[in-house]
Amino acid sequence: MIEVDVEALGVRALNERFHRLPPETNERLWKITNPKGAHALAVGLDRTLTIEIEGHVGYYCAGMNKQAEITINGHAGPGLAENIMSGVVRVKGNASQSAAASGRGGLVVIEGDASSRCGISMKGVDIVVGGSVGHMSAFMAQAGHLVVCGNAGAHLGDSIYEAVIYVGGEVASLGSDCVEKPMTEKHREKLKQLLASAGLSARPERFRRFGSARQLYNFKVDHAAQY
Amino acid sequence: MCGIVGLFLKSSALESSLGRHLSAMLGALSDRGPDSAGFAIYRNPAPRGSIKMTLFHPDSDYGWDHLVREMSEEIGTDVRGQPRGSHFVLTAAMPVETARHWLSHHRPVIRIMGVGDCIELYKEKGNPKEVVRRFRLDELAGSHALGHTRMATESAVTTQHSHPFSTGLDLCLVHNGSLSNHNRMRQWLSRHGIDFQTDNDTEVAAGYFTHLLGAGATLEEALKSGISDLDGFYTFAIGTKDGFAVVRDPIACKPAVLAETDDWVAMASEYRAIAHLPGADRSRIWEPSPATVYSWKKH
Repeated sequence: MIEVDVEALGVRALNERFHRLPPETNERLWKITNPKGAHALAVGLDRTLTIEIEGHVGYYCAGMNKQAEITINGHAGPGLAENIMSGVVRVKGNASQSAAASGRGGLVVIEGDASSRCGISMKGVDIVVGGSVGHMSAFMAQAGHLVVCGNAGAHLGDSIYEAVIYVGGEVASLGSDCVEKPMTEKHREKLKQLLASAGLSARPERFRRFGSARQLYNFKVDHAAQY
Repeated sequence: MCGIVGLFLKSSALESSLGRHLSAMLGALSDRGPDSAGFAIYRNPAPRGSIKMTLFHPDSDYGWDHLVREMSEEIGTDVRGQPRGSHFVLTAAMPVETARHWLSHHRPVIRIMGVGDCIELYKEKGNPKEVVRRFRLDELAGSHALGHTRMATESAVTTQHSHPFSTGLDLCLVHNGSLSNHNRMRQWLSRHGIDFQTDNDTEVAAGYFTHLLGAGATLEEALKSGISDLDGFYTFAIGTKDGFAVVRDPIACKPAVLAETDDWVAMASEYRAIAHLPGADRSRIWEPSPATVYSWKKH
């Protein structure tokens, strides 16, 4: 395992070191110490690396990730795993607002709570939150899954397209065009699979499913006079 | 953007290093607000019957000694003071209104930055690291302090438009965000006797809280009313003589982190500003919830 003190090396130098690794690299196991809330740690990676970050990180950690498996042993600031493409990003603590925003693929696991706007504009990423999520989560979510083992804040799934939301606890309120849908065997299987990949032991039976009522998709000629 | 910080000590052991810690917190957030910086620090209470005022004159060689002598002779009481950078902390054995009146007649150019028993308030244009160096914040001891690094968006970059804002005795406010109903609110507060020195939105929020506290509200009650009366984006940190509070608007898009140990409570726009405090890695850390008042009081 390669150990790097990022406070000593600097964020830019560390990210450049990751970016220069060739596809056949043997340097696959990394431990990053002293993040102290630094921004943009381990962003834009495109190698099958396993990275452990020891401490709390600032904005945009693991943004645009491809392939890498990044674990944060602490809390994460805003924009965690923003636009993630593939790979796994795991936070042992809590994540601030807009976690996994616009993520295209991969898996983001937040073992604690996620703040507001978790999964905003998600486009295919799977997000599993062990605790609760804040208001406006899955806002304009287009594809992928958001699993919340705890409670969801107000306006969940506002203006949602085809993403699927599973909530184990209470939902403060649903946003525009987001509705509860029946939990079929197919959905329960998918949920089990998501919880298993996240390594969380919540009981799938207590979850409810939410998705789009598909009423905001098209312009309705009946409403023409209102514009 | 902008960055805000606050540090409230729960144990007196750290009082001598309060300025040093706040200085590091402001330095860590200097890239969130490179236009100006300021801080309020609660320290050295004025003797009974005296008031403490922080004054500012744009001329760095201003003759403060002359002011002290003249004020003392004309009013006939004890007046003392000490310069710190472009500011001057005056302690005078007289009611607040007497001092204000004298200054406005004899030294109309001087700006009063903060008034109270304990508050000292310093702010200036320039990079935060340079501003705290000019005011020698490192050497100041105290019980609690707030600070701000400003990236100006809604009014001019001047010393007067810098934060913190203080409109009432020992009360000060730092703000990350922008208010949208401040003009109407300023008119309303002006009619209720609150004086404003600038067209800045945050000064209106400080005036609003001063008005409610003056009418008998507790800090917590005043902040709760603010959630419905103040329209806009904000994370506020508020200091009073013996209290410290944090509140965010219901949308909560302006960042905030709180951390607490047995010795201190810290608030900052980002964890980076807290990371270097003693015991930060073992502190309880959380993001304040929207439209929720968090407050602490000295025992």
